[in-house]
Formats: sequence, structure tokens, C-alpha cells
Amino acid sequence: MTEPIKVLTANIDKPNSASIETYGDYAAARKALAMKPEDVVTLVKDSELRGRGGAGFPTGMKWSFVPKNAPKPTYLLCNADESEPGTFKDRVLIEQDPHLLLEGMLIAAYAIGSCPMGYIYIRGEFYFGATVLDKALEEARAKGFLGKNIFGTGFDFDMTVHRGAGAYICGEETGLIESVEGHRGQPRVKPPFPAVVGVFGGPTVVNNVETLACVPLIVKNGAEWFKGFGTPKNTGPKLYCVSGNVKKPGVYEFPMGINLKELIYDHCGGITGDRKLKAVIPGGASAPMLLPDEIDLPLNFDAVMKAGSMLGSAGIIVLDESVCIVDAVWRLAKFFAHESCGQCTPCREGTNWLESILDRLERGEGRPQDADLLLDMSDNIGGKSLCALGDAAIGPVISSVRKFRDEYVYHVTHKSCLPGTRRYRRLDMPVAAH
Amino acid sequence: MADLHPDNPYAKDRFPDRAKQVEFPPEHKARFEHLLTRYPTKEACLLPTLHLAQEVWGWISPEVVHYVGSLLDLSPAQVFGVVSFYNMYNQKPVGKYHLQVCTNLSCMVSNAYDIYDHLCDRLKINPGETTKDGLYTVVEVECLGSCGTAPVVQINNDYHENMDVAKMDALLPTLK
Repeated sequence: MTEPIKVLTANIDKPNSASIETYGDYAAARKALAMKPEDVVTLVKDSELRGRGGAGFPTGMKWSFVPKNAPKPTYLLCNADESEPGTFKDRVLIEQDPHLLLEGMLIAAYAIGSCPMGYIYIRGEFYFGATVLDKALEEARAKGFLGKNIFGTGFDFDMTVHRGAGAYICGEETGLIESVEGHRGQPRVKPPFPAVVGVFGGPTVVNNVETLACVPLIVKNGAEWFKGFGTPKNTGPKLYCVSGNVKKPGVYEFPMGINLKELIYDHCGGITGDRKLKAVIPGGASAPMLLPDEIDLPLNFDAVMKAGSMLGSAGIIVLDESVCIVDAVWRLAKFFAHESCGQCTPCREGTNWLESILDRLERGEGRPQDADLLLDMSDNIGGKSLCALGDAAIGPVISSVRKFRDEYVYHVTHKSCLPGTRRYRRLDMPVAAH
Repeated sequence: MADLHPDNPYAKDRFPDRAKQVEFPPEHKARFEHLLTRYPTKEACLLPTLHLAQEVWGWISPEVVHYVGSLLDLSPAQVFGVVSFYNMYNQKPVGKYHLQVCTNLSCMVSNAYDIYDHLCDRLKINPGETTKDGLYTVVEVECLGSCGTAPVVQINNDYHENMDVAKMDALLPTLK
């Protein structure tokens, strides 16, 4: 059995883990700021760190795309808009160990040649997290770790906590940039990519909280040490969020690539009430579902993709045999319909239709062709919108229709859920306007 | 910026004095001035300024839209476009306690709808409505990012985790 590790989460159990006294004196940042910026980028490249926000893009490569001597200032943004259903890892780092994130940002800002102001875009609901970050920033400023001429190197950097206001789409890179600029969070056309034209017209790097938290550890311990966790191209410590029908839900840290079956049955204590497993969503609401016989696989970017799903933000949602799969997928479709920004027609209209069709199946008003209709609609959404929200919305729909087609058909023929499964909501409840 | 139809409450000329009907108290005024120093453009201060406004007035009324627009040199329509896009800005008054029940998948399979239905039944209101005494508003919200401690109810700014109907019943009388 793989033992859990305490690397990213090394500090969180200490008393006063959020204070700078507990955290230390930013030794990694001191070390990095004494290096050349390009050497820091090379170090992160060598570590094979991949973005923890969902896409798994190599972080060092992202940093190296920032042009030198751009006419406008370069910006570093931290994506703390953790809104993917099933994901709750960044909140732990923000609330329990904010200085790890701040130190990571300081190093990243130095490496990319950022202008003196960076922004932490935290979702509006994380009010407590925002106050923790504000306090941590005050502490770091008071120690001279942020501000002008940091560690006597002539490098100036400070940060502002920017609270979102309840929009999932602002977790999308360009949606986040629009939101920082004070607009509706509607994603932009790419190219130009943010590394060339991002926030306020300058080159911009957007990194996830967990990604930035890895950076001080890499600088402190070296790329080889980091690669000692996991397998080639899937390196480093990783936070896994497990929720749904498991006995011990929570955030677990393992070297990248823990076996999904082992994670659920050995570390999370198995399924609630010792019921049978029905399906697992391995990477947040956007990830296609896996069946019980598909979960014997390592949780890293490449292996989960090979299994036809994605690791995404490592938000693992476990569903047991008592869950009606149509109801579960309806709830996810409702989420995406609510969160579609409304910019691209296929996504705006399509997500609402997916929700409506799934809803009518639940109400016993389904039609025989509905399962195929869902697949057809999904085909008309996927790849036809500016950002990935459309593709995300169809992930659970397509996979569930393919893997649980009998259950869809049962809803049409019997006008009810499968025996032994349940719907959670009350159908007579009025729905408040979106 | 094209002018809106004069009947539109967010048209600039319809209520020329609307922006002057409200004003930040001194503490919030100071926090607003500080915001201006943190961003390269005035427009970028819009989201944080709206958060400040909601802290003061509890919701973003048309007067507040005009006022915030006047502070940041933005048209009321542009401000309202942002207000209506983001979930957390209340477009109508809410109760003293804003009970926001997450019902997304992880919370749903942890029986979040039981809490939600129970709250609506006990308070005798429909979702999105406020009780007559102005104390409670119940809404269903999307994932709050706390799925490991599902189900979660956010009351104003605070998360209440690992909730159930009994805990909610015990909590309600303390919210006065």
C-alpha cells in the first residue's frame, strides 16, 4: 500500500500554520532571487511540473513563452477560483499555508520578469481564505519579503487579493483575465495567448494555487528531488480531493499516480454503507465517468487520459449503486447550463437543452430517442465554443449515456428511476430563476 | 457607449440624480480610495467596489449601480452588465441571513436537497424568497468548493460544513 505523504501539506497540521513565524523566512525565494530568472525557469522546466488547475500544461514551458522586453508590463496571476465541482484542494493551501503560495508567487514573478503587482484571483465565496491571504500579505510586507528591493536584489513585487463574485467561468484563464479587468468573465478568442497579450494588454502568466505551491519546494530541493515523486512526465506530490459516497472524504496527498482503486478502498475506507460502487468521476465535474472495472489505474495526467477520462483538477467524486445516474448527470448539466457565460451559441443553448432533456427523463416524460438525442446534442456542443466549458459539459453526458444506456432506456419505458436507486431532489420544488 | 432607451432604469439621463442618492460611509470611502492604488485602470476596481457596496447596502440597487459607475467613470449599463453576470451580487434585497445551500453533486449525494427542502418548508418560502420578517433568504447555489465536508451551507460569508437537517434546525434559532 502506498503511504500518504506530507510535502505540500507539511505545514497544515502545525499550530498557527498560516502565520509567517510558523512558515519560515522564505529561504527558497532568497535562493531563487539570487539566481538568474532564466535559470529559475529552466529549473522548473527540468522538474517536469505540470499545471495542477486541470489542463496539466508544463509550467516551465508556460513561463518561457513570456516575451522579453514586451512593450507593456508582464503580469502574474494566481488562479484561486477553485469552482470545479468535486475540487477543494486549493482552499486547504490558502487557508492553512498561505505563505507557501505567496513564496511560490514571488519566485514565479521573478522568473517571468513580472511588473511590481501580481493578483490572486480568489473565488468570492472563499471570504475567509481572502482574509487569511490579506493577513499573510501584511506579514510578508512587514518582514520585507514583499515590496521594494526584496532581499536587496532590486526586485520589486507586491500582490493584491482580487475576489471573484461567483462565476465558474472565471476559472478559465482568459475569463479570469477579463474579470480582473473589471468585465464580465467571458473568455477571449485565442490567439493571442495570454503569455503574449493578457491582462491590461501585457504578457500574462496564470497559474493554479497548487502549481505555485510546488515552486518553492522545487527551488529548495531541486528538480531531481521533485521528479522522485511519481513517474516521468507526471512528477511531484499531488493533492487528491475525494468526495461523494466514500467513508472518509477529504484531501489526500500522494506522489503523482496513486492507484484510484487503492485510494477509494484503502485510504478513503471504501463506499458509504459498504454499498457497491457504481461510477467514479476522476477529475472534477468535467471528466467523463469511469465504471468500477475501469478504476484500477494510476491517477496521473497520461494514464487517466488513456482510460478515456481526465485527471483535471483531481476532484474525485464517488457514486454508489443507490445513485440514479440520470439524476446525477442532470445535476452536473444544470451546473454547466447555469455557468455557461452565454457568449457562444452552441454552449449557451446546448447546455440548457441537455439539462431540459435530462430533467424530462427524470420526470417520466422522456422519449425513446432521448439517449441518442443527448449524444447528438453533445456532438454539436463539443469543440464548437471558444473555451473548454462546452467540452466540459458534455463529458459526463456522453460517458453516462454510453456506459449506462440501459438506465436511460429504463427511465423512458418505466417512467421512473431504476429500482434501488434514488432521486435526491423534489420534483415539485419551484426553481428559482438562474 | 450607446444611450439606452429612456425607460430603462439604467439609462443615464432618466435619473440624473440617482448617483447622488447614496454614498459610501467614510470607512468604505477610504477602502475604495486604497483600491484605486492597487490597479492600473479604474475599471479593474469594479468588482471589489461592488463587493464594498454590497457590504454597505446588502444589495446592488439601481442607485448603487449609478453611484459606482460615477466613481469609476463607467456607464450604469456597463456596471449593471457586470452585476447581473456574477451570482454573488444581489439584485434585490436579501434577508439578514442569506442561507445558500450547495446542491451540486457531492453535496446532493450527501442529502443536501433534504436540507434545502426542509428550510423552504420550515420557513414557508419558495426558493429565492425572503421570509416576511426579513430574517432569512434561502437559495440553492452551485459548488462551494468544500465537497469533502458535504453538505455545505454558506450563511452570509461563513461556511457551515458537514450539515444535516438536525444541525440546521439547531442552528436556525441562533440566527436572530
